[in-house]
Amino acid sequence: MSFYADPSFFVLLFVAVVGAAVLGLLEKPLKWYGLVASLFFVALLFMNDAAQFACFVLFLASSVAGCALIMRTPKSKWSFRIALAFTLYPLVVCKVSGAFDASLLGFAGISYLTFKATQVVIEVHDGIIERMSPSDWLCFIVFFPVFTSGPIDRSRRFVEDLHATRSRDEYAGLLARGIVLIAAGMVYKMVIAAYIFRLYDPHGWGNAGLGDELWQQVIIAYQYGLYLFFDFAGYSLMAMGASYCFGIRTPRNFRAPFLAVDIKDFWNRWHITLSFWLRDFVFMRFSRFALKHKLFKKRLRVAQCGFMVNMLLMGAWHGLSANYLLYGLFHGVLLAATEAFQKTKFYKAHKKELWFRGVSWFVTMQAVFFGFALFSGQITRLACGA
Amino acid sequence: MATMTHEEVEEKMLDMLEEVCGDEEVRDHRDEDLFELGSLDSMAAVELLVDIEDEFDVSIAPTEVEREEMNTVNLIIEQVEKRL
Repeated sequence: MSFYADPSFFVLLFVAVVGAAVLGLLEKPLKWYGLVASLFFVALLFMNDAAQFACFVLFLASSVAGCALIMRTPKSKWSFRIALAFTLYPLVVCKVSGAFDASLLGFAGISYLTFKATQVVIEVHDGIIERMSPSDWLCFIVFFPVFTSGPIDRSRRFVEDLHATRSRDEYAGLLARGIVLIAAGMVYKMVIAAYIFRLYDPHGWGNAGLGDELWQQVIIAYQYGLYLFFDFAGYSLMAMGASYCFGIRTPRNFRAPFLAVDIKDFWNRWHITLSFWLRDFVFMRFSRFALKHKLFKKRLRVAQCGFMVNMLLMGAWHGLSANYLLYGLFHGVLLAATEAFQKTKFYKAHKKELWFRGVSWFVTMQAVFFGFALFSGQITRLACGA
Repeated sequence: MATMTHEEVEEKMLDMLEEVCGDEEVRDHRDEDLFELGSLDSMAAVELLVDIEDEFDVSIAPTEVEREEMNTVNLIIEQVEKRL
């Protein structure tokens, strides 16, 4: 069963939400009900695929071992390294083998679950998470509304919601918002994205004039980008809405990305939970390490290298294919160039002026949609002469 | 370190923030959101955390404090003083 797509999923979601609503309105805690519902949905997800289920169980076992180790000795560097290795290796094996069409150890949701489990390991090592019960950890990792494609929540925030005692009014507010979010997400995904997808007809370079052909390719790129947004933002809204019904305020994943005035602004608005995860656990860690060990003379170089590492990893996280890696590389270069540009006197003098913001927005959008064309494989197909 | 007064910490932090943000106006806008103003970004935030560690021997991990609790001059000073 595929989440947020099959009619049967929505029927079961409705039943599960009714149960949650009854408990929530009676001011009962939702933790154990949510966990049972999650395990039930996960069982349905892997019902017809024993191999994926086995990989999921292996991931759980291995990340539980990693988490237990770091909890026991949070300050030890070696515990930290081993715990990270235990948590990350299924994803790494899955992505590397995926590059050879094998996809070993993979299961639906592995990329998202791995990042959630990794966050716990890092924050235990940092001393920010002092304890987390095994049942809280399991609730966080297997929470079904966000299991397959996020948004990527944070454990401390999640656990706080999990144990919050809410009054009837408070829960009713969450439930109402949740239902509205699910409905809005359905419109995004099933009406708007589905409509754009019907128009979307990717094709190669034809025999018309250069201008005509280029214009057609631009339209294809825009259609794909808009489809991607409405499809994924729609899914994310539904996932957020379903979470709310279970008392968990999963963070939003998009905030009007097509209003971004520069590429940094874009990443504060697009796939926010992934971008912030990478910012906090890759970019900031890398640049802190580089500053402390004085790897570069200039602060600008630290930031630029940080962006490259960050975005290459973002590409690789999507999959080790040429298209995704190029997508990451492209955004890394854009962010590095933006960082340098924003240090110039020209930028500082004009950044607040309307004409500058307009031009900057237009340029940013062209770069963003070019990025989508890399992501979808349109550019590599054209480059290969298709 | 323990003998540092509030004024001393404040002065050191203001110097540091001025340097990191590259903007002397931070002294006069102590309750404004520095991320919103564009004076702080993720890179500047890392620089600040590293400088705080060097200067006060106070280590704050990147995700330890929510941004809303550490996004103005006064909140940043408060977070450092709490840990001294």
